[in-house]
Amino acid sequence: MSVLVGKDTRLLVQGITGSAGGFHAKQMIDYGTRVVAGVTPGRGGEKFESAVPVFDTVASAVKATGANASVIFVPPPGAADAILEAFDAGLELVVCITEGVPVTDMLRVRRVLEGLKGKTRLVGPNCPGVITPGAPGAGNVGCKIGIMPAHIHKPGNIGVVSRSGTLTYEAVGQLTARGVGQSTCIGIGGDPIGGMDFVDVLELFQADPDTHGVILIGEIGGGAEERAARFIKERMSKPVAGFIAGATAPPGKRMGHAGAIIAGGKGTAAEKIKALEAAGVRVAPTPSDMASTLAGMMA
Amino acid sequence: MKIHEYQAKQIFARYGVPIPRGLAATTVDEAEAAAKKLAQETGSPVVVVKAQIHAGGRGKGGGVKVAKGGAAEARQLAQKILGMQLVTHQTGPEGQKVRRLYIEQGLDIARELYLGAVVDRDRRRIAFMASTEGGVEIEKVAEETPEKILTVHVDPAVGFAPYQARELGFGLGLGAKETLPKFVKMLGALHEVVTREDCSLCEINPLVVTGSGGIVALDGKITLDDNAEFRHPEWRELEDRDEEDPVELEAKAAGLNYVSLDGNVGCLVNGAGLAMATMDIIKHFGKGHGVAPANFLDVGGGANQEQVTKAFKMILRSPKVKAIFVNIFGGIMKCDVIANGVVAAARELGLKVPLVVRLEGTNVELGRKILNESGLAIQAASTMADGAQKVVAAVQA
Repeated sequence: MSVLVGKDTRLLVQGITGSAGGFHAKQMIDYGTRVVAGVTPGRGGEKFESAVPVFDTVASAVKATGANASVIFVPPPGAADAILEAFDAGLELVVCITEGVPVTDMLRVRRVLEGLKGKTRLVGPNCPGVITPGAPGAGNVGCKIGIMPAHIHKPGNIGVVSRSGTLTYEAVGQLTARGVGQSTCIGIGGDPIGGMDFVDVLELFQADPDTHGVILIGEIGGGAEERAARFIKERMSKPVAGFIAGATAPPGKRMGHAGAIIAGGKGTAAEKIKALEAAGVRVAPTPSDMASTLAGMMA
Repeated sequence: MKIHEYQAKQIFARYGVPIPRGLAATTVDEAEAAAKKLAQETGSPVVVVKAQIHAGGRGKGGGVKVAKGGAAEARQLAQKILGMQLVTHQTGPEGQKVRRLYIEQGLDIARELYLGAVVDRDRRRIAFMASTEGGVEIEKVAEETPEKILTVHVDPAVGFAPYQARELGFGLGLGAKETLPKFVKMLGALHEVVTREDCSLCEINPLVVTGSGGIVALDGKITLDDNAEFRHPEWRELEDRDEEDPVELEAKAAGLNYVSLDGNVGCLVNGAGLAMATMDIIKHFGKGHGVAPANFLDVGGGANQEQVTKAFKMILRSPKVKAIFVNIFGGIMKCDVIANGVVAAARELGLKVPLVVRLEGTNVELGRKILNESGLAIQAASTMADGAQKVVAAVQA
């Protein structure tokens, strides 16, 4: 009852000996994620928390542990290279948390990704990651790959996909407060060029029998929400509620995320809201109404 | 990061993109000396005096003037332009003060074209766009006559292929044999500029064809990808702090994302999306009541107490702020870190305006306890909507 990650996920952590990588590796293990290996060049042979073996390369880690997914905490200068290394090792899922990867690096990464023809999926960079919530103690083990606060989640049937980390937490918090759980929550990241976009995730949610409705959170900049609207109109039967951040953002200014910028008059919230509403998406009037808007559609 | 025209042209020159001869000047004397030197080098008294600000549309605003009468006339023009508040469609109504000039040789212009390179987010490629409609706003051309814009996308595994350059060249009517090879070579060089110098935008408007069939970049506009700063130590030299908002610079130095806005509610938020959404919800409830956000401020996921204190001080010091809304959904960011930072800043500078705080997520109980015990007059909010409504009411009270 999930997409992308679940009980069969065997995770390796690139950058596990760094402070962010180490902290979050521990949090993921505590949540029940099977962290089978770490990778830090030059630190092969060590053990993380006296339990998880560390390797010099992704290829050797995969060979020794059967890892099938990777999460990347490598700083920006080496992040694109880390993604390419994970691709080359044949992992099914690569989640890059790193914020601040140069766009020219990501253009090359995208080019390689296209050549893999769907064998590997990339989430991020500049994203909170992916979580399939579990219910501790109920025998329902969750899988968390990333940096989101696990305790706000609850297993259930709503898919959440977002370009923003904290707005994802906001939506999840609202759902959980209403007693509504989530199938899988996916942060696709705030950069102009990344891996999976809304359409790729919506395709998975539409095909997943345990996802009954979706919250989609977009923001200003680019055309990903407009592409999502076309997909929803043509291919989706499940209810989708949305929110677009940045209706009041001034044009030409980068609003925190590298990708959140209205350039040449394009990528405004108004255009995106119009496209989504025309596709049958109910757009929440304020960010406080994301869960209630979806609930209204599913009542 | 934006850079000046003269800086963009220095980069062009390094890669072999042809530019006119020119010299930068910050005083009237320097401008006159530059004009004299250019006249000697080129044998023509005609020079162009160009204001250097980080905005387009300078010509229309009166920031670009031709001096046909040599150095003395150039001096007069420099006198007029230096120090003026130049208003263009990109500066806003208050304009931008001109502190630098670029003095450039006059050219024999046969045609004016447009050439630009941007990251095409939908295609995930660098797109080169060209148009016969040079010298005007390209946004207008795209809106009114999109068929006049020719586009090719560069495969990063291959680089800019000569056939793509020829496609643009023939499309622009540059097929003449003395011109086409120069155009193809120039495009190859420009692609190198974009990829090696990490440009997120590179624009030449106009690109001119001279009377003798040469190709010259008459203008140059480059925006550098801030994410690539780590591999370009030389960018520090290119930064012109006079062109930036001083508060935004202070925020950047502290590792914070800050954008100044026109309203009266100071905002402190963690995460870019939540920070934008906070602006939106203040505007939503404040509309018709004269209440709007004064800033976008994302303290990020990993900020420490010092950064939070700094961020809150920046808001406290702003004279336009009539109330403050702190909106936190702690993930990696812990609520107690935010609370401690807010309290430390308020103790140091004093809290003279109403403060509304909404805390949620990691260590929320501890954060609330710190705020409650601080003795500060804080209105607690249970949700974003509750907080936004409270802060709107506080401004009006």
